[in-house]
Amino acid sequence: MTAPPLLVRGLRKTYGDLVAVDGLDLEVRAGECFGLLGPNGAGKTTTIEICEGLSSPDAGEVVVLGRRWGENDRELRERLGISLQETQFSDKLTVAETVRLFRSFYREGTEPAAVIDMVQLGEKVTARVGKLSGGQKQRLALACALVGRPELLFLDEPTTGLDPQARRQLWELIERLRSEGRSILLTTHYMDEAERLCDRVAIVDHGRVIAEGTPRALIASLGAEHVLEFAVGDGSLDDALLRTLDGVCGADRRDGVYRLQVAELHRAIPALLQALRHEGASLTELRTHSPTLEDVFVSLTGRYLRDE
Amino acid sequence: MNERQRWTDRSLVQLTLVRYREFLREPEAVFWVFAFPILLAAGLGVAFRSRPADRTVVAVAGGGATGEAVAEALRRSPDLTVKLLAPAAAADSLRTGSVTLVVAPDHWPERAVEYRYDETRPESRAARLLVDDALQRAAGRGDPVTARDRRMTEPGARYIDFVVPGLLGMNLMGSGIWSVGFAIVDARRKRLLKRLIATPMSRAEYLASFVLSRLSLLVIEVGTLLGFAVLVFGVPFRASVGTLALISVLSALAFTSLGLLISSRVQTVEGVSGITNLVMLPMWIFSGVFFSASRFPDAMQPLIRLLPLTAVIDALRATILRGAGVGGIVPELLIITAWLVLSFPLALRLFRWR
Repeated sequence: MTAPPLLVRGLRKTYGDLVAVDGLDLEVRAGECFGLLGPNGAGKTTTIEICEGLSSPDAGEVVVLGRRWGENDRELRERLGISLQETQFSDKLTVAETVRLFRSFYREGTEPAAVIDMVQLGEKVTARVGKLSGGQKQRLALACALVGRPELLFLDEPTTGLDPQARRQLWELIERLRSEGRSILLTTHYMDEAERLCDRVAIVDHGRVIAEGTPRALIASLGAEHVLEFAVGDGSLDDALLRTLDGVCGADRRDGVYRLQVAELHRAIPALLQALRHEGASLTELRTHSPTLEDVFVSLTGRYLRDE
Repeated sequence: MNERQRWTDRSLVQLTLVRYREFLREPEAVFWVFAFPILLAAGLGVAFRSRPADRTVVAVAGGGATGEAVAEALRRSPDLTVKLLAPAAAADSLRTGSVTLVVAPDHWPERAVEYRYDETRPESRAARLLVDDALQRAAGRGDPVTARDRRMTEPGARYIDFVVPGLLGMNLMGSGIWSVGFAIVDARRKRLLKRLIATPMSRAEYLASFVLSRLSLLVIEVGTLLGFAVLVFGVPFRASVGTLALISVLSALAFTSLGLLISSRVQTVEGVSGITNLVMLPMWIFSGVFFSASRFPDAMQPLIRLLPLTAVIDALRATILRGAGVGGIVPELLIITAWLVLSFPLALRLFRWR
């Protein structure tokens, strides 16, 4: 059996007193899109940049395409495609010139025009980079990552800062890459992005993997079919009391909003209404949704992904 | 997939093309490198153009018969313009510089006059000689030696001739340091450097692309400025093209390395602007761009001679104006080479890619 595209064991990296990565393990299998999901500052970018050979770990082991950094880096780079967070290409160059420049760095690769078409920048071939929108720039970054026909693709926060439409367009592109069987490691702090794009996800917090699996399995691990959120107008409810309600398997509260993990909605709602009447509290908000990776993160850490 | 790579698809060629594109698509950069030196040369050439020698303006203080007599004696000199003024007005004119010297004919018939002038002003000292000569002759002095004047204005001795090699040197320094410094710091700030080293790109080729583009722009840069000076102002061109090329290439390499050194770690464009000005300002002043570096005190001369721009300008003047060959500018070439040999390895050592 061949080595997995990426294998990371016991990775550690500190910056002064700050422990950015604290004993992190992960494995990206051939042909899968693997997501590192976590809030800002969880150590995702540090991890991916160590995997890319751009910084070196304090401890731990990184094996990329069966090789280690420091042996023959140039050869290894021929086989990787990388999109960094916040790279700005030269505003003065056109899309075609930029992709052609990156193509020139690789011995083998794809025709620049074909890659540009693939990321749907065909109409912008002669446009200056400075005139592109945020989404177009991000697709250009993807083109530059793809032009060397990589065996493994690293995408660091590919849709951060984009408007919803541009994000969806980029998602479609990444889904196409995934369906072509490319191995991809991507980082994101959007749970919907990880849920939609990734075959498997590692949830990262404080430099460690706190849960790992397919999005479906992670969500199923909550044991809840639904999430019920509500707020009350006056009075308050005890979390412990809520957990004992019929059909409820977990409860927490944040900023005045209660959040119940619910196995059976038709039993939990009457029980909740009865409890409210008993406490003399009035209901000001009530909504339910199917659980997401966000709910997994909340149940593991007590915090929301989009915080901090 | 297996087709042979075209030479234009080689990374060194592509990187160098990027340098040209970034330069040519920045109108301001094009202006500073090509147009500015020409405008400066044109301005200085017009301001310091050769004119027939001005007549020296002197004043005679006090009216009356004595004043008239002295003024009359002075007017016979072809080099003097004489004003007859009241004593107070004469003193005023001297203070404001509208006359260079005041003659006070206290007791003219008794043959005694007083010259009032500022000894530190060369034109006042010249005026004293002219005035004294005119008065002594009028009073009957004879000339024992016959002298004949032959006036010449030789190209090569005018201010424009002096300043053009200076501007050329200044331009080589400015474009060498700026073109590298700004582009590298900008790429570092945008994290483009980091993105580039994440590819198999050769780092040496990246740095070499700056040198290559610099050298080819150099031909245009030196050509336009010198061409303009020769055609419009008749600045003599006595250099051999080979010597001029050697000086230009060596200087461009030295200044490019200096630019690389300056930008090796700086993270912001403001930072690199500050350091660049700090490095260039002393050379603008001391290296003899606009006036001879020998005006500075002797104690400073050894230091001034070691500045790269001084060496470049001295070498350019020697070869353009006097036709000196390589043999005549060995010390200058050694100094320029030393700057190159010291700054380039140091820059590579200090260079930060992120």
